[in-house]
Amino acid sequence: MLEIRDLHASVGKREILRGIDLIINDGEVHAIMGPNGSGKSTLASVLVGRDDYKVTAGTATYDGRDLLELEPEERAREGVFLAFQYPVEIPGVNSAYLLKAALNEIRKHRGESELDAIEFMALVKERMKGLEIGPELFNRPVNAGFSGGEKKRNEILQMAVLEPRLAIMDETDSGLDIDALKIVARGVNALRSPERSTLIITHYQRLLNYIVPDFVHVLFGGRIVMSGGKELALELEEKGYGWIENDTAAQVNA
Amino acid sequence: MTTQLIEGEDMFRAAFEQVQRDGTKAHALRSQAFTRFSEVGLPTPRLESWRFTNVRPIGQRRFVMPAGREVDPSAIASFELRGLEGPRAIAIDGRYVPELSSIKAIPPGVAIQSLTETLASGQELLTWPLGQLATFDDPAAAFTALNTSLFQDGIVVSIPDNTVVEAPLHLLFAATGSSGVMSHPRVLVVVGENSQLRLVESYAGVTDGAYLTNAVTEIVVGDNAVVDHYKLVRESVEAYHIASMHVRIGRSANFSSHAITLGGAIVRNDVVGELDGEGAECTLNGLYLVNDTRLVDNHTTIYHTKPHCNSHALYKGILDDRARAVFNGKIVVAPDAQKTDAKQTNKALLLSEDAQINTKPELEIFADDVKCTHGATIGQLDADALFYLRSRGLDVEQARSVLIHAFASDLLNRIAIEPIRAEFDAVLLRQLPGSGHTTFTVA
Repeated sequence: MLEIRDLHASVGKREILRGIDLIINDGEVHAIMGPNGSGKSTLASVLVGRDDYKVTAGTATYDGRDLLELEPEERAREGVFLAFQYPVEIPGVNSAYLLKAALNEIRKHRGESELDAIEFMALVKERMKGLEIGPELFNRPVNAGFSGGEKKRNEILQMAVLEPRLAIMDETDSGLDIDALKIVARGVNALRSPERSTLIITHYQRLLNYIVPDFVHVLFGGRIVMSGGKELALELEEKGYGWIENDTAAQVNA
Repeated sequence: MTTQLIEGEDMFRAAFEQVQRDGTKAHALRSQAFTRFSEVGLPTPRLESWRFTNVRPIGQRRFVMPAGREVDPSAIASFELRGLEGPRAIAIDGRYVPELSSIKAIPPGVAIQSLTETLASGQELLTWPLGQLATFDDPAAAFTALNTSLFQDGIVVSIPDNTVVEAPLHLLFAATGSSGVMSHPRVLVVVGENSQLRLVESYAGVTDGAYLTNAVTEIVVGDNAVVDHYKLVRESVEAYHIASMHVRIGRSANFSSHAITLGGAIVRNDVVGELDGEGAECTLNGLYLVNDTRLVDNHTTIYHTKPHCNSHALYKGILDDRARAVFNGKIVVAPDAQKTDAKQTNKALLLSEDAQINTKPELEIFADDVKCTHGATIGQLDADALFYLRSRGLDVEQARSVLIHAFASDLLNRIAIEPIRAEFDAVLLRQLPGSGHTTFTVA
């Protein structure tokens, strides 16, 4: 589904991604872990088309198409979804309005009929189950005055309604208590299917107790320096990122 | 004899002589006003309150008074407010047209009628505030002096004491849109004690044209009365709209104004509110949308003359292209007006690098136990919010339009009457850049 080859990206003159290689097949859940500043969020931003980041080399192919050529909204309509690390507050724009507009843009793109208000609300109600988001949250302006946990749950609700083919979770677990974490995991697990893939970006291993990944990658200094199965996450938890740093430094010096 | 050349004086003098020949009433007041106008002339940027709004283009044109009042009723229909059931008074080029109006189902004692006919019939009880609130000594009030000397007609609204007018009253001033025509509509509203009125005053250009509308409105809000005023400016994009509204608010009375400006090459709105009794309250809300090289200038002045009065002013502007806007909010607190609570906010959203706003608060406070705050913000669309919306599948135009509408929506949401809110919202949506997407609510 997604094939990233030797991807380099910069902010201003600073190169942050320095040659990422990553292949995500249909149905797989990948976790990318790494210390602060390793480039995790930059990778997520580049994949969804944030223009503060400049891709200087490499490719990202999504379902055989050049992902980097697409506008952010085209990527969304093609089924790429980012759960933001810091969801934006948009006073004056109703959450329900935004989600309905988003869903109908995606449906139009797929050649499906648009949902009317009644059909839309029925769908949302069904998807709200288990996410502990009440209508009161849903009828407020997007994220305005939401707590950290509410913002993250709202991202998960959007994901559950939009049903992306490729979901990217940018530190969705950061700052969540264990109950909220379980809700987020439930939302992600509910979407798991042979056609859908997930890229989980996280600083902590904790979320991976609830969303079991097929692959774990360690990002350090803008490169994936280690890949493995779910047990790699546990090893990282035990030894800390210092272990990777020393190991990588040793490789570089060798 | 003055040797100073007053721009456009001869055309205004010709108009004044025409009005005198027509035998319209209020001679003394008109003469006094025209004398004052000939002394001061049109305002120039040398006057502080006209510093950023140059009206020379008005003086340089050849405006004449309107000839007739034939107009196709269907041309006006599109400016009626749908979903608003209530009495409707329509004036064409400043003259009340009873055949087009519909004054039905109004409570006993309520009068909604032509100003000149009311003056001619000597009903002084209805016309006493004429010229009392809208004074013209100040050189900055030259347009008020012009209106006072040149008005051909207008609309009088009179509500007796203890009367609630349930249905909103719509006063529609339609300009036939011929270039070079000027009209000076005059509105006079007297609301008695303990009474209630909701009034929509709208100005619309039926076709494109560089005409001039110079309107003056005087409103007396009796003690303990409640008046909600809505003003909608939809003039032709080439037209000049200069207007002032003067409101005197009695003891424990409540006046609110919501002004929406969408059209006009140069639009100047002056709102002057006088809190004239203890416990009176005044709310002034304004929203304008301006693009191209057009100019919208809003001046608000609130006089706190008695204790325990509140005032709130919130104006928001959306500027695109090379548009310009001016906001000047003045609050005057007299020595006796203790416990005044006055708040004033101005926000502008600039959609283009070339748009420009001049915003200025003016506080003159002569009492020592008061709360007065003011604030101004000028900003652009939030890039993070724009990206967030795009990342959910909305294209750039749609995302911009959603955010612009969001900027305006808190003002619209302050409009309590649903049909007016919905209609103003619909009118605004049609004007928004890239407004192909019209559903902003889920229901």
